[in-house]
Amino acid sequence: MSGADLQLDSFEELAMPLFNQLYNLAHWLTHNREEAEDLVQETYAKALKGFSSFKSGTNFRAWMYRILRNTFLSSRTGLKATMTVPLDAENDGPEIAVEQDTPDTLLCERRNRELLQSAIDELPVYFREVLLLCEVEEMSYQEISETLSVPIGTVMSRLSRARKALRDRLRPQPQVGTITNAMEKGANHGL
Amino acid sequence: MVCDSWQGMLDTYLDGEIPDEEMRTYDAHVRNCPSCSVDALTRVQMKRAIQLAGKRFTPTAEFRKRIQQSVVPNRQRSFRLGWMLATAAVLILVVGTFTSSHMGNRSGRDQVFSEITDLHVATLASSSPVDVISTDRHTVKPWFQGKIPFSFNLPELQNSEFSLLGGRMTYLDQTPGAHLIYDVRKHHISVLVFQERSLPASLDENSLSPKNLPFNMETWTEGGLRYFVIGDASAADINSLAKLLRAAS
Repeated sequence: MSGADLQLDSFEELAMPLFNQLYNLAHWLTHNREEAEDLVQETYAKALKGFSSFKSGTNFRAWMYRILRNTFLSSRTGLKATMTVPLDAENDGPEIAVEQDTPDTLLCERRNRELLQSAIDELPVYFREVLLLCEVEEMSYQEISETLSVPIGTVMSRLSRARKALRDRLRPQPQVGTITNAMEKGANHGL
Repeated sequence: MVCDSWQGMLDTYLDGEIPDEEMRTYDAHVRNCPSCSVDALTRVQMKRAIQLAGKRFTPTAEFRKRIQQSVVPNRQRSFRLGWMLATAAVLILVVGTFTSSHMGNRSGRDQVFSEITDLHVATLASSSPVDVISTDRHTVKPWFQGKIPFSFNLPELQNSEFSLLGGRMTYLDQTPGAHLIYDVRKHHISVLVFQERSLPASLDENSLSPKNLPFNMETWTEGGLRYFVIGDASAADINSLAKLLRAAS
């Protein structure tokens, strides 16, 4: 077997177990099956081409995710996503937990996965990716830091704000809105 | 509140990201504090819910097969193909003995040129080759602010045959850079700019004239930046655009 085949063998062994996870993240980022497939395909092509430059002993998973993320960010969809949603300052103080865990409790009681999925979907891309890397991919802060090329402190603050943003989106709408909607419905009936 | 300082660390604690000693202290606190234990429980439930909801998309078997084929060496070659490859390998070896003195330096360089060619072709094949669409260099250049870690100058094209179509961000060897598209007599030319120090060390010569590429290309370094000009336009056109860019930088 040639040296190139050996390299392909080890790339396959390392890269293919990540296929489902990479596709899942790609779909979350792009919101589109075709774009997710293009993104994953380009990621594998770039990774295979640059595999000789991968330093043995370093984190291959973080390396693959970093390629996927960079490819996404330089794509049209990625640029649009990052341009339309400005990122707040990174050095927010620690988040104080809410006293009444209304959104969490509500979520747990209802177990409404679709509601949670659409709430994650609505998050800005910087929040969505850090949340998914932590909760779904179960990456450590260090791994996320390597994947996103940001300091661990930034990972922590971004994660904290992502969770807060998710809770805010899951918070029940205020009563005023409900009343207003009801009034509007009534007015429509009248028309 | 007494628990404010604990609750500020609750997520970090639940992520298992605090040191062992603090973890033990925190464990003890959570066990004895009703407020924190309830909070911790709901956050754990939230984490589990996100984990379940997050595993949402599954690739098709067809797509997996396509990727698998692209990364797996094909061991099902026929004898004939194997024989042909063996012959080819011998030929390469023979040719290699005559050119071995040049190969070491060229391999890395050729890989970069190959990547540049890929970027040029892939961009032109795209339905949206540029993300900032403008013929005005004063619109295109500022668009890159905050997207790439360097600045560069674009030439005035008023009395030339070239026109600027726009630009996009690109990556080469995990290095961010600028990709500009110019037009000359319906030929599209890519201009790619990267930081020299971020690129492979094999590109250490100031000016190279790559041979055996499917396109005409010129590359040089100026002010710490590496420029590539590539396209199917004539070598003279590529050279003219390169001169304009050199004069502007």
